[in-house]
Parts: sequence; C-alpha cells; structure tokens
Amino acid sequence: MAKLMYRDAIRNTIFQEMQRDERVVVLGEDVVGGMGTAGGPEAIGGIWSTSTGFYDAFGPERVIDTPISESAIMGAAGGLALAGKRPVAEIMFADFIGVCMDQLWNQIAKFRYMFGGKSVCPAVIRMPCGAGYNAAAQHSQMISQFVTNMPGIKVAMPATPADACGLLRQAIRDDDPVVFLEHKFLYAMSGEVPDDPDFCVPFGHARLARAGEDVTIVASGMMVGYAETAADDLAQDGIGCDVIDLRTTSPLDEEAILDSVEVTGRLVIVDEAPPRCSLATDISALVANKAFASLKAPIEMVTAPHTPVPFARELEGAYLPSPVKVAAAVRKTLEYR
Amino acid sequence: MQLNREALTRAYRQMKLIREFEERLHEEIQTGEIAGFTHLYCGQEAVAVGVCEHLTPRDKIVSTHRGHGHCLAKGCDVNGMMKEIWGSQDGLCNGKGGSMHIADIDKGMLGANGIVGAGAPIAVGAALSNKIDGPDDDGKLAISIAFSGDGACNQGTTFEAMNLAAVTKAPAIFVFENNHYSEHTGDAYAVGTSKDIASRAEAFGMKVWRADGTDFFAVYDCMREVLDYVRTPGNGPAAVEFDTERFFGHFEGDPQRYRGEGELDRLRATRDCIKKFRESVTGAKLLSDEDLDKIDAEALDAIETAVQESRKAPRPQPENVLDNVYISY
Repeated sequence: MAKLMYRDAIRNTIFQEMQRDERVVVLGEDVVGGMGTAGGPEAIGGIWSTSTGFYDAFGPERVIDTPISESAIMGAAGGLALAGKRPVAEIMFADFIGVCMDQLWNQIAKFRYMFGGKSVCPAVIRMPCGAGYNAAAQHSQMISQFVTNMPGIKVAMPATPADACGLLRQAIRDDDPVVFLEHKFLYAMSGEVPDDPDFCVPFGHARLARAGEDVTIVASGMMVGYAETAADDLAQDGIGCDVIDLRTTSPLDEEAILDSVEVTGRLVIVDEAPPRCSLATDISALVANKAFASLKAPIEMVTAPHTPVPFARELEGAYLPSPVKVAAAVRKTLEYR
Repeated sequence: MQLNREALTRAYRQMKLIREFEERLHEEIQTGEIAGFTHLYCGQEAVAVGVCEHLTPRDKIVSTHRGHGHCLAKGCDVNGMMKEIWGSQDGLCNGKGGSMHIADIDKGMLGANGIVGAGAPIAVGAALSNKIDGPDDDGKLAISIAFSGDGACNQGTTFEAMNLAAVTKAPAIFVFENNHYSEHTGDAYAVGTSKDIASRAEAFGMKVWRADGTDFFAVYDCMREVLDYVRTPGNGPAAVEFDTERFFGHFEGDPQRYRGEGELDRLRATRDCIKKFRESVTGAKLLSDEDLDKIDAEALDAIETAVQESRKAPRPQPENVLDNVYISY
C-alpha cells in the first residue's frame, strides 16, 4: 500500500499500463503541455497533472498532444482502438462532451453492435467532471446520465484513490469502450492504493462504504464522500446507514442495491446531476420495480436542481447536494409512517 | 501508366461488380423487399477502385453513407454485403448494420458511416496507429484513407481531422469525391471555396492532388503519387479531390427534382467511368470487347447469385437484438 492522491493514482496507473502494454497510447489537449512554445514539451505536463512525465518516457508517437479539437480526439481514439491500439483519451472537461458527442455516442459506442460483433474498440475516454470549483455552467457538470444511457459504453466513477487506480486499470485492460468520470474535486484526495501492478477493480461490483441497517444510501463519485459524512453524523444519533458506492454506473450492481433495500426498506439516492432522467430516477425505478414490497417509505432523491450549474459560491453551494442534505433526506425517510 | 492485362481485368471486374450491385439494388428497392435507407454509389466506381487497387489489408479505409463501392473495392464479400442489406443473420454484420454500417475490420474496412463527416477523425486515429507501428521492411508506412464527399467537406469534424493529421504528421489521405451534390444541394452553393475542396486541405498545409474521378486511369495514376508520398515516413497526410458523378439520387426514393433537363442522360453518356474505361482499353487494344463482355456476364451472375442467396438467407431472431452490445457486461 502507498498513500497517494487520486490524481497521482490515475497518473501512475496509466504510466504503468503504458510500460506494460505498448498498445496503450494517450491523447488529448495539453496532455504534454507546452508543445510549440518556448517552454517546450512538458512545460505543463497535463493540466490535471495526470500525464506528467509521459512524453519524456514514451515519446510523441504514444503521447499525442492534440489541438483543441474534441471531435478529432474522440474520433481518433475510436480509430486507434479499431486499429488495435488501446487509447486513453482525455476530454479536458466532461462538459466538452457536447462538442464530440457524435464520435462517442454514434461511433465508438455502436461499432461492435453495428458491425455484428466483428470489431473491438478498447478506448478509454477520461472525463474530469463535476462541480465545486466555481467554474460555472460549462466546466462543472456531472454527465453520468448521458453516458450511462449509451448502450455499448461502460461508465466508471471512482470515489477513492484506490478505486481510481483499480477501475482505471480495469478500464484500460477492458476490451469494451469505457467512459471514466474523474471528479475534479477528488484529485487532491489522499488514500491508500495497493502496490500490486495488476490491481484491478472489476466493473459492476459496488463497494459497501458504510454498513447499517436503517437506511440505504446509494451514491457515486464525489457524492460517496458526502454520503459517508452524513452516515457518520447519523451514527452519532444511533441511525445506521448502508452507503453503497456504485463504482460503475454501467454495468450497474443492481443486486447490491436491492439486497440492501430488502434489509433497510428505506432508500436515499445521492446524485450530482440534475434530477430528470438521471441515475437517481433510474435507481428509483429499479427499486420500485424489483423491491416494492420491501419499501417502508418513499424513495428520497438528493440531486442538483433542474438548473445549469451556477457560478457564485453561494449559488453553487445551493446547487450541489451536501452531507447536510443527505442527512435530512435520511431523517425524512425514517419519519415516514 | 501501363497496367498489365491481369490488373486491367481485375480493375474492370471490380468496377463492374459495384455497378451491377448498385443497379440491381435500385431495382430491388422499388419492390419494397429491402428495408431502410440506401445510398447508391453508381457513377463513382472509378474512384473506389482506382484508390483501393493500390491498398493492402494493412491499409485502412473509413467510408461514408454511400459506402457499397468502397466496401467492395476494399475486398468485402459481395454475398455477405448483399445479405447484410437484406437484413439477414448471415449478413456481414448479422443484420445489425444494414447498408450504412457495413464493415470488415480484417480487410481494413473500418465501416461505412451514417453520419456525414464522422469518418475523417476515425481515419486519422487509424493513421496514428499506422504511424506508431512504423514502416514495413520496405521503409513504407501503412496508410489510412478517409473517403468524404462534397457534403462531408463542410463538416467541422473533417476540418478537425485534417488539422490533427497535419500537426501529428499522420499517414492519412483525405479522398474527397466531389459528385456535386450534398444530398439535394449543389456544390456551387454549399462549398464556399468556389467548388474547390482540395484548396481547403491545402490551407491545412497539406500537399493536394486533383483528378478526373470518372477516368479510372487518372485516379489510379494520381493515387500512386499520393500513396508514394504519404507512405514515406515524415511526410504526413495528403488530400486528393476527384471530380465525379452520382447517377442516382441522394437516397433511393429521392425524386431528384434538382437535376437539370436531360442531366442524367448526359452524365450517363459522357461521364460514365465504365464506358470510358472500355473505350480506353479497347481503343488501345489492351482488352477486347469479348474479354469485357465476359466480365460483364460474370458480374451479373455474381449479383444474381448474391440476390438469390440473400432471399433465402436466415433471418435474425428476436433474441439476437441483445447480441454484441458489449464483449462482456
């Protein structure tokens, strides 16, 4: 075990996979940083520090610094993958998915199906996402609802440095295309990460982050920490919560959610995205359909409101879920008679 | 460029196979037996064949919605393609793709594409893969080709792809087939650079070529130069614009009210690449009318067989809807 920041777990995992498998290549805007400047290559080393040192170690063929051209990045990742490489592409902010949606949704996601199973497209699309930085409406969004909706795409949302490592390694070695949603606010989070160079976290297996028998809280990404904080506060009052960290939203570990709800009968879903047609509504529908008899109270959803992400600190705080909002939702389900 | 008898025969056979494939589909679609949208390549055969006759399976191509010609020219199986268009489980894509999504990765055919302009970035990705793999023993790179039309040349994706290829020196070739119609709109209106597509590629710093796309020999000779240039490590991408013609509508069922009086008859009479090929090789006594008639008959037979096989080929079952979304899930 080594104590690492989330961003370093990501950087080190890609680096190790590039050493292990020469088919792994990296591409994206400023993944080298400084190309064509007086400062030269690696003057920046990636704006998230998730590709520092790659250019010097692996050279320009495998560390492809691209112009600001998201469609070309996404499409090139698809073409590289169809041609036998294992690209790890970075879309600098997940919000920019709007620029290149076609290449993900109509191309990468669908190749295998459209071609009757005769193609393999092992592309990893890393998308730093989420709010909390006062970065306003076009640099803060949670996009899990879009990509989870895409047949053919797997979606990972690590909540800890260990999972950032294990899920990313799994994503790179996986033969299906994966969207990897890194929460920007978690980059500086520290945690123990296994040293094993083959440490993978399999997809579709949720993590029980807290155990309790009164209420089930389902969360992903940065929302897991909020749920844990809420659960720890509630425990002071003798309220026990299961906190289920989904880890991947596609595939979804339905069993972990249903098993927990069968015990607790009460469900709170925490989702950073706006509330319509989202993970929160998706999981609500799942539980209403498959665990209806277990429910003792209406399902509570703690989500962003149906608004864009606002800029001002006070407004962004009001926009985002919080441990306080999660705890209030838990108490509300418990008060239901 | 003097081609030997075998090469000429092969080129003519390929062009004729595409022509008959498309002419037959034009007939069959009217009966309602074939579902969906179909865009025919008739009239442009010299481009697909003149380009692909130079390629090896290591070279990749990415095609368009009007992709049957590129698929056949790159070696996709004619029966598998016809069955796919018929929606059979035995089709090249198990009936999942249809006319607009035919692919054969092993042959280097990375897919026709239903989204106009979507192919170019994918082709650049494949070219970057070729660049990583480096040159073969003969010092030459495998290359990747993006086929685009005068419609796709207006998409931002095409510009992004050209720029990315230029700055990364990817061995990509942008083949623009200007058939003068993007759907139902003329290039005189929609292509802002005075109908000149190649000059756009030039603006991205690329070396460009232009040739008559209805003249197989012009296409073939031009592509030899283009390929020699792009296969050379360090040169990066290039582009070529072929002036060609579309003998049918944008899609089957298109009323083509945008055509001028007698336009289609004139094009068939004066701009038919197959007719021109015949005149050229018989005039030079390289192949006889007898030789060519034999190939014509073989092509018709091959298409007849493909259609008959497609009619009786197994249909997909409802449970097949779930196949091949993921490799594992």
